[in-house]
Amino acid sequence: MNKAMVFKITGIILQIEALLLLLPALVSIIYRESTVWSYLIAAGLAAIFGTLLRFVTKPKNTLIYAKEGLVIVALCWVFMSLFGCLPFIISRDIPNFFNAFFETVSGFTTTGASILTGAQLDAMAKGNLFWRSFTHWIGGMGVLVFVTAVIPNMSDRSIHIIKAEMPGPIVGKLVPKVKDTSRVLYLIYILLTFAQIIFLLCGGLDLFESSVLSFGTAGTGGFAIKSTSIADYSPYIQWVITVFMLIFGINFNLYYLFLIRRFKNALKSEELWVYLSIFAVSTGIITYNVLGSFNGFSEALRHSAFQVSSIMTTTGFSTTDFNLWPALCKTLLIIIMLIGACAGSTAGGFKVSRIIILAKTLKKECQRLIHPRSIRTIKFEGKALDTVTRHSVAAYLAIYVLVLLSVFLLISVDNMSMETNFSATVACFNNIGPGLDGVGPMSCYADYSAFSKIVLSFAMLMGRLEIYPILLAFSLKTWSKK
Amino acid sequence: MKIIVVGCGKIGTNIIGELVKENHDVVAIDKSPAIIEEITTIYDVMGVVGNGADCETLEEAGVDEAELLISVTDSDEMNMLSCFLAGKMGASHTIARIRNPEYNDKSLGFMKEQLSLSMAINPELNAARELYRLLKLPSAAKIETFSGRNFEMVEIKLKADSALDGLSLIEFRKKYQINLLICVVKRDDEVYIPDGNFVLKSGDRICVTARPAEIMNFFKILGTPRKRSKNIMILGASKTAFYLAKMLLDAGSNVKIIDLDGEKCAQFSESLPNAVIIHGDGARQELLLEEGIQNTDAFISLTGMDEENILISYFAASQNVPQVITKANREEFVAMAQRLGLDTIVTPKKLISDVMVSYARGLQNSLGSKIETLYKIMDGNAELLEFIAQSDCSLNGIAFKDLKIKKSTRIAGIIRGRKTIIPSGEDCMLSGDKVIVVTAIKGLDDLNDIAE
Repeated sequence: MNKAMVFKITGIILQIEALLLLLPALVSIIYRESTVWSYLIAAGLAAIFGTLLRFVTKPKNTLIYAKEGLVIVALCWVFMSLFGCLPFIISRDIPNFFNAFFETVSGFTTTGASILTGAQLDAMAKGNLFWRSFTHWIGGMGVLVFVTAVIPNMSDRSIHIIKAEMPGPIVGKLVPKVKDTSRVLYLIYILLTFAQIIFLLCGGLDLFESSVLSFGTAGTGGFAIKSTSIADYSPYIQWVITVFMLIFGINFNLYYLFLIRRFKNALKSEELWVYLSIFAVSTGIITYNVLGSFNGFSEALRHSAFQVSSIMTTTGFSTTDFNLWPALCKTLLIIIMLIGACAGSTAGGFKVSRIIILAKTLKKECQRLIHPRSIRTIKFEGKALDTVTRHSVAAYLAIYVLVLLSVFLLISVDNMSMETNFSATVACFNNIGPGLDGVGPMSCYADYSAFSKIVLSFAMLMGRLEIYPILLAFSLKTWSKK
Repeated sequence: MKIIVVGCGKIGTNIIGELVKENHDVVAIDKSPAIIEEITTIYDVMGVVGNGADCETLEEAGVDEAELLISVTDSDEMNMLSCFLAGKMGASHTIARIRNPEYNDKSLGFMKEQLSLSMAINPELNAARELYRLLKLPSAAKIETFSGRNFEMVEIKLKADSALDGLSLIEFRKKYQINLLICVVKRDDEVYIPDGNFVLKSGDRICVTARPAEIMNFFKILGTPRKRSKNIMILGASKTAFYLAKMLLDAGSNVKIIDLDGEKCAQFSESLPNAVIIHGDGARQELLLEEGIQNTDAFISLTGMDEENILISYFAASQNVPQVITKANREEFVAMAQRLGLDTIVTPKKLISDVMVSYARGLQNSLGSKIETLYKIMDGNAELLEFIAQSDCSLNGIAFKDLKIKKSTRIAGIIRGRKTIIPSGEDCMLSGDKVIVVTAIKGLDDLNDIAE
């Protein structure tokens, strides 16, 4: 393995993080808060460590393969989280390391699960609130995608890094060069974020609030700045956020097709229609089910649509305590938690495209029982699926369930209720945030032990990076010369 | 510049690799998902799986904004169709590989015009031409000509007891009074653009540019007799062998072709009645000895297997055949063959990618200067470029002694009308000149860029 190259790129990432840490410092200066020093110190440490990593290691060649790509991505995310949690500790807003690490991982992985209670959140400095939400925005599209967009000629094969960081069973390029592909993705990301900020400004929010909420939505993260999440905002704001959460849950390739005016191809996407159908059906059922507890149909629809959109796109904002909803609603929410949104978006979860591929494979297998000699090609998005992709999706399901059960088992040692543990596992692993019962939208993760917090942090990382990078980076075999 | 390459076989992959090095936006099309998967992980290109002559596939590859489409699939007809469609769908330039000898006659011009092809390439014919040039001069590793054929470049390896050993370039000029330029030297994998004080050593690979007559004189100095190869043995009845044999027979040489495939032998004997066709296994040394390998002037192995070509050539060299030429398509093997002492190696796919690269570079910069020809020399570490100096070139009319030219670049020659000038300090470029530049800078595409 080309270890030098792995460390060099990790160094570059830390240097970039040092630059990014200057933004919350700026916010702190604007609001005249003392947190500015904690950000400057954290930025300094990240810069020094990054520079050391970058210049101490001298790669003989820039050649990287799939293995290096996976390890680079995993290491970068772990290191980014380690340095990203420093400001919380230094500023004493979250003095405990495990809590700060959990909060930062939750930010970068766009989970939105918090260990802060409502009162702690309301007392938090503006600079820290900004950084918390900004980590969502960075983690949403991925920091390595950003690096390949701006650093010239990092490696001939940076496609391996993109493939490891971008979620989804099939990662393709939009334009011939990796670099240009990353640029197009970030351009779309930035444009959509700006659009949302403008919509929120029109709703009467100030610039700070609208940007922070937009960061949370764009990355499909879900950190809010009020203890009541989005419940206190006007219906207009809630609808804007509902729509934008849905937008950020769609495959970004489709927006590129829109940009180059291939509307037909974009609208032909199977995944898009399945995604929207799941949203519509779930919203319909839940609206009907909760109709009695709200004042009229429109309010019930607004709350159901918001919750479904938030949970399905793995954002995790809430406008109401869905923990108090009927069992059918809660079960439905758990199911769409597991499904997640489209591949190639900023959302987490198992991904709609994998569900479609699995469903089609299943159909084929059933048909083979009836007609043992039948031959049937499985098509997805108009193209025949090769067996390699089909097998890798099936294998992903297996490892997904395995990790889910392991995390569930590990955090059970804290002796919380079964519903709490299961929903916490699902919510962290799929990067959603709030779960049910003890970790419901109006509660937090503070009651878990340090051990469980570390387990859940890694569950979040595995969920965001789709398991393999983390498993590979922490396996001894990867690092040995054999 | 956006370029689409249809067909990712040996030649297609090589072209893609070279075009990516030149920083073009490349889209690769191939029928096989496995090949596209591999290409997209090795090179920074976009891959499209599909039939290159299918409008939908071409549209997906973005043909409407492509400046160039190169079709190099196995089938000539497919290449023609895919270029024709691409041209109609908006690609500005199209190049097709057309290698069937039946299409490569008088009808080619007509077809090119009707299909509006920018260029038709025939790798086998190109390789045959290169082989033919090599056979004119024994012991050269590579010979290329420039416009008007009045200026040549040869690449040779200095033998152990070479007359040039230990001479600096200034001493060499004084001693032999010969008007040529030693423009590139490769020593131990290191490439130099030498100045006057550079001292030559045995074992160096050098690249020389001059008029053809001076090149002949140079070979006399080196002590290699300039005798035209008369008896030539070719192993493998490939398309290249066919074109080459035809040229050689027309020039009056004796050609013997050996192949294992009886059907191919029959075809060859029908179309080349003057050649001696032997049906037998050329890998058997006894057969080669029986057919008189010891008395041939040149031995060329052109089978489809690189390994076989290299090993049989090695045997031929050991039988003291004066000139042995080996065809090898895989780059790894070229270096190994050189280590075995086989100096003259022809790589057809490289010849073609050179043509593509120069064409693409020419398209990219059609202002100020135009690239006429481009040759990659010294295993791709240096380039020889022929530019046409346009009227708005900023270097026109400045004497070379007043011109500050970049360190790793030299002006090797100027072709003005029918005259060839080996430039001295007093000379200068004029509008309309063909200027031959040798450089170790990668991706040079503008004559103005040679000045500091």
